[in-house]
Amino acid sequence: MDLGQAISQKKAAILGKWFRLIMDTYPLDASGFLGREKDRFANPVGYTISREIEVLYDELLQDMDSEKLAASLDSIIRIRSVQDYPPSEAVSFVFLLKKAIREELGDDISDNQAYADLLAFEARIDKLALLALDIYTKCREKIHQIRLNEVKTETERAFRLLEITRRMHDVPDAEEHPGDGENLSP
Amino acid sequence: MNALYAFFAVALLMLVAFFGVWGLGWNTLFAVMIPYAALAIFIIGLIYRVVKWARAPVPFHIPTTCGQQKSLPWIKSDRIESPSSTMGVVARMAMEILLFRSLFRNDKVQLEDKKRVTFQGNRVLWLGGLVFHWSLLIILFRHSRLFMQPVPDFMIFVRDIDGILQGLIPAVFITDIAILMALTYLFLRRVVFPQVRYISLPSDYFALFLLLGVVILGVLVKTAWKVDIEGVKVLAMGMFTFNPVVPEGIGPAFYIHIFLASVLLAYFPFSKLMHGPGIFLSPTRNLINNSRAVRHINPWDYPVKVHTYEEWEDEFREAIRGVGLPLEKE
Amino acid sequence: MPEEKLKPEEILDISYTPPQKDWIKPDVKFKKGSFGYAAQGKHLKYLDLPNPRDWRPQEDDWQLPEDWENIIVKGIKERLGKNRAFQLFLDVCVRCGACADKCHFFIGSGDPKNMPVMRTELLRSVYRKNFTMAGKILGKLAGARDLSVDVIKEWYYYFYQCTECRRCSVFCPYGIDTCEITMMGRELLSLIGINANWVTEPVANCFRTGNHLGVPPHAFKTSIDSALEDIEDVTGIKVDAPINKKGAEILFITPSADYFALPHWYTLMGYLMLFHEIGLDYTWSAYASEGGNFGFFQSAEMAKRLNAKIYAEAKRLGVKWILGGECGHMWRVIHQYMDTYNGPADFMEEPVSPITGTKFENARSTKMVHICEFTADLIHNNKLKLDPSRNDKWRLTFHDSCNTSRGMGLLEEPRYVINNTCNNFFEMPDNTIRERTFCCGSGAGLGSDENMEMRLRGGFPRANAVRYVHEEHGVNLLSCICAIDRATLPPLLEYWVPEVQVSGVHELVGNALVMKGEKERTTDLRGEPLNGKEGQEDV
Repeated sequence: MDLGQAISQKKAAILGKWFRLIMDTYPLDASGFLGREKDRFANPVGYTISREIEVLYDELLQDMDSEKLAASLDSIIRIRSVQDYPPSEAVSFVFLLKKAIREELGDDISDNQAYADLLAFEARIDKLALLALDIYTKCREKIHQIRLNEVKTETERAFRLLEITRRMHDVPDAEEHPGDGENLSP
Repeated sequence: MNALYAFFAVALLMLVAFFGVWGLGWNTLFAVMIPYAALAIFIIGLIYRVVKWARAPVPFHIPTTCGQQKSLPWIKSDRIESPSSTMGVVARMAMEILLFRSLFRNDKVQLEDKKRVTFQGNRVLWLGGLVFHWSLLIILFRHSRLFMQPVPDFMIFVRDIDGILQGLIPAVFITDIAILMALTYLFLRRVVFPQVRYISLPSDYFALFLLLGVVILGVLVKTAWKVDIEGVKVLAMGMFTFNPVVPEGIGPAFYIHIFLASVLLAYFPFSKLMHGPGIFLSPTRNLINNSRAVRHINPWDYPVKVHTYEEWEDEFREAIRGVGLPLEKE
Repeated sequence: MPEEKLKPEEILDISYTPPQKDWIKPDVKFKKGSFGYAAQGKHLKYLDLPNPRDWRPQEDDWQLPEDWENIIVKGIKERLGKNRAFQLFLDVCVRCGACADKCHFFIGSGDPKNMPVMRTELLRSVYRKNFTMAGKILGKLAGARDLSVDVIKEWYYYFYQCTECRRCSVFCPYGIDTCEITMMGRELLSLIGINANWVTEPVANCFRTGNHLGVPPHAFKTSIDSALEDIEDVTGIKVDAPINKKGAEILFITPSADYFALPHWYTLMGYLMLFHEIGLDYTWSAYASEGGNFGFFQSAEMAKRLNAKIYAEAKRLGVKWILGGECGHMWRVIHQYMDTYNGPADFMEEPVSPITGTKFENARSTKMVHICEFTADLIHNNKLKLDPSRNDKWRLTFHDSCNTSRGMGLLEEPRYVINNTCNNFFEMPDNTIRERTFCCGSGAGLGSDENMEMRLRGGFPRANAVRYVHEEHGVNLLSCICAIDRATLPPLLEYWVPEVQVSGVHELVGNALVMKGEKERTTDLRGEPLNGKEGQEDV
């Protein structure tokens, strides 16, 4: 048996399984809102994940176009980076594909002794996971950068205020009062 | 778990009624005294709760606007969803109460992917809720014939329409089937959908099971157990004229039916079932969106500490003078 | 609850499925990035607020006052008697779940306690325990729970995870408005000295200087002056901006961010240019120099204390009526609360546009008109010469602010202005605009930088719809009429759709407005080349 063929034939089942496993990482399980609601605007998280894992799946089976893989991973990881997950859990969804395949194709694999094929395919998934790590780091950096920019803007604004205030004479002592160029963040 | 608690509570109630009537023969208690008491609790409790709400003031004017405000004459305003007159509010409330407008406000579905079937959970909830409440209303209406002699033609007409399927299934009304389906759906969604299961309390299931119990027994006493309807009518007419007679041989099932209904009545004022009367008082729905045109008065308004212009000028006088802005006191 | 210190055994414990927990037991972790800092004691003292102290949400000890339980229960009782909405909304919810998936924080996070019904249940459970018979007798079975420190912590976490956007109340069959509950929850917390710094510090600033950013009068004047210089650079016209001018016909009030932040600045230029062009007899105020009202995010009393300045200043200056700039919650307060708080405004006249003669009958009592109503009326009466092609580099969409849409019904006016000042306008999908608009995720005092992850999470549904029109129509500008939006949508979009920028509606007016005697414009208000296609985003 060609494992690749089996994986592409059973695409619907494996993808469905993978999706449910990912949804299970959310506080309410797979049959909940995120997994059930199909409207892309009412449920952007569920929609994005279900759309992008299909792209990933197809690419894994074909030529692993790194640009396409990166774009799809980015869509998912961008979401998971701001949700309440530690790094390991934010990217764990990639490995859940292994689980989905083993659960869906377990018998086929052992019947046909297709372990070599499986290992080869799993190596591709590992590559995907490494890529995911890069993207996760980028997303987190972006978040910090955005936060930093905001702090910077606030500080600049505060300095601008302070400068104008200092230019004036006889302004009452403002130290113990709010305002007068205090940074908005403590 | 929560559903189980509620299920056992309702089962226990049924057992109480069964043994009370069949075992102890307390027919009068279950047929007359408890219903009277329940009705009294219902009426007094309902009035108490509504009065309590009504006595709490509405300090601020907070309608939720779901459409264009009335502003410039050439901009078409939404007179119902953003009501600009009392008539608008009446229409909005009517749509809310009779048609469950807000529940219907479902997200329009964008079919991105033709293969996917879109499950419009909220529309189903709207349908389930609407079918349940309207069926309940018609069933209550049908029951009122028990208290009337002779039965008005209009009532017979409604009954005949509702019973149009009786050629196929004897003694069953459309609303019986509808309410059973609706209640079953309302129960199942609490069990099946994780987020609804998460928020459901025992009391949510209790109300559903109680209603299911009343309805199922109601259908059964009519169909399978063929209660003596004439006897029931004698009882009902007697109660209605405060001259109750308990005829023999009505059968315990009927007593359980009426007992559960009594519990439901007595439970009503203390529970979320008060949403019925409550909606009439909901400030986000029953106010006109005219708060800039007509002043809304807060009855408990009190003066607060403010930072006056004079205090402000005193603090910043030099700065104000420095940039050449006018001062009140030089 | 020290943050993120993993025990060795926890390090290897990577969970693929989070445990399903019952909500009735309070449980909250203050994870970095998803909560705002606590208000410092000095601000509370300045405002005479109870129980001032310095404390940190992520620490175990919140230094609650001794009789805090008593204060909370008494506080609930008082509010039940004073507010029908509070009482009714606690009583009538049937937990149907219609609101559950309508909250942007739930949609973005999947956290079940972000379902509006659950947010309310956090408070309702305590109400049941203390005020209902069933709750007293049946306890947990009736969904009742005791007040505890952890419950308070949960309140702080989740009531400052609600942007008071009212989207849930649109879908609720009884009109239950979680905003009302959140407001009450925050008032209760405030009683025991628990406030968010991003709310209370601006409030203290505003109380003292007149505006949230703490801009004192001279800086206010300097700032407005430098906008006038920028206008001269772009148009060659010297524009005047009177401040604290007695006897002016109209008082203009706008959020302080408009004159002290980007991209608000360009909207400010738009206002100034418009007023100059139509020769409006108006004045700014350095005392009432804030349209927004962060007090509204803390308590009704605080909102009233800040709001009082507007009418007081209108009276002092002797204006006939007030014109208000682009802001969301500012307009919720003005439209639904101001007249009640600080009216009657009988010292003014019913607003009439001095240019068109139009009577703004909808504002006849409050005497305050929204700038979009005002400008739409000008355009409708052909009083403005507009060249929409100057906005041609923009392909834009419009974000309805929560408060102006669901707390006012101002939907068509800004669209009318946009359609007359721009050529390429595209709506986002129906279920994400107008009364069903998605919040920016940072309103109601949530917009602090330390809360960034929560903001990006809660803003995702909005950004997702923006991304859709960006992909479909090449949209590169998100226009809005809210100062908080203008401050918080840029970081949101930088994360989710970096190709799209943010503007106010009157920036577009300023660009399109053909002014008498202006030089040929080479740049837009942002100082970017006007006609050059180089400005066009790659579609």
